[in-house]
Amino acid sequence: MSDSHKAIIIIGSGPAGLTAAIYTARAELNPLVIEGEPSSTGDQPGGQLMLTTEVENFPGFPEGIMGPQLMADMKAQAEKFGAIFSTRKVSKVDLTKKPFEIWIGNPDEDSPTHTADALIISTGAQSVMLEVEGEKRLLGHGLSTCATCDGFFFKDKKIAVVGGGDSAIEEATFLTKFASEVTVIHRRDELRASKIMQKRAHENPKINFLWNSEVTEIIGSNSVEGVKIRNTITLEETELNLEGIFIAIGHKPNTSLFIDKLSIDDLGYIKTEPQSTKTNVEGVFACGDVQDHKYRQAITAAGSGCMAAIDAEHWLEN
Amino acid sequence: MSGAITNLSTENFDSEINSVNQPILVDFWAEWCGPCKMIAPILEEIANEQEGVIKIAKVDVDNAPELAQQFEIMSIPTLIVFNNGEPVKRLVGAQGKHQLLDALSEFI
Repeated sequence: MSDSHKAIIIIGSGPAGLTAAIYTARAELNPLVIEGEPSSTGDQPGGQLMLTTEVENFPGFPEGIMGPQLMADMKAQAEKFGAIFSTRKVSKVDLTKKPFEIWIGNPDEDSPTHTADALIISTGAQSVMLEVEGEKRLLGHGLSTCATCDGFFFKDKKIAVVGGGDSAIEEATFLTKFASEVTVIHRRDELRASKIMQKRAHENPKINFLWNSEVTEIIGSNSVEGVKIRNTITLEETELNLEGIFIAIGHKPNTSLFIDKLSIDDLGYIKTEPQSTKTNVEGVFACGDVQDHKYRQAITAAGSGCMAAIDAEHWLEN
Repeated sequence: MSGAITNLSTENFDSEINSVNQPILVDFWAEWCGPCKMIAPILEEIANEQEGVIKIAKVDVDNAPELAQQFEIMSIPTLIVFNNGEPVKRLVGAQGKHQLLDALSEFI
């Protein structure tokens, strides 16, 4: 077989993909990790942790560790055992062929870029946008999906975070290092975030909450000047003046490559068998956030990456 | 090495931007920005491969907040191409090498 053929290809390089790479590389399966391409969303090499600062709950780091550092270390560990990395994005897969076919770049090329006997999918998830007027136009001009990247530019400014989950509250807390005031805009009347994050936010004098509220428009000519808000109960519309707005309303799985090719649930996540990472196509395994809308933690992603490596290894042996 | 990347500061920014007779791409970045770190090796490759065609320079916004303010940077990485000392193109957000080369095709 040619150089483009691999026993195992791993698509995606967050905690799930890199753990699968460490395990399959140690098993001398010479995995190729197609790690994705840089972007300012969670869909990028290293995954969503590349957009975080301190990770306090990954076991083994009592002092905490920076998200990008944790990912760089995981990659170095996989490379140490012989995993090969390609900083490209997969454009098409054919899972009906054996070996599986994978395209990078132009998906209309006749022959695939790579073929693989087993495939591990760990493409993760990325931020959901509000899909409201003004959002696309003002992205990077006061509207951001990455508090750690952009918080610095909002020193002594009045800003808002949209969302009520862990990432929203973590961002709001982080942003108080810079901003004069952070308003959390949430469409319910209580947070989904973990108790410890909630407590920190409630105790922070710079954070206030706008409950039962939905953003309907981002206002501003060259940069964000405010938002239009609708109360979800009274339907009353108001405007709030702001200089910055951060979106953290949740994530969607990166599964567009696999629609009609793998069994996918109503929310867009790849379906796996219980207690396993097997998909409905034999030899294709899925791990991490792309198949998990429940836990979505770095450590559970890493755990399922380990499971996928072991499942793939067994499958290749038989 | 002439394909090297220059670090610009508030003091040398104007003179450096005006001293070259080729387009110069300035990367506004910071140590704490994950996506900035991801594009750093790509910019190094482009600096070497396009030596003599386009020059690449960096501004660490922590050290030069005045420059970030002057160019209204609100998100990093932001890449600004200067030609004859004037900003002519602005790219916000990290991207892959071939997208970046596509976006810069008018200069290279």
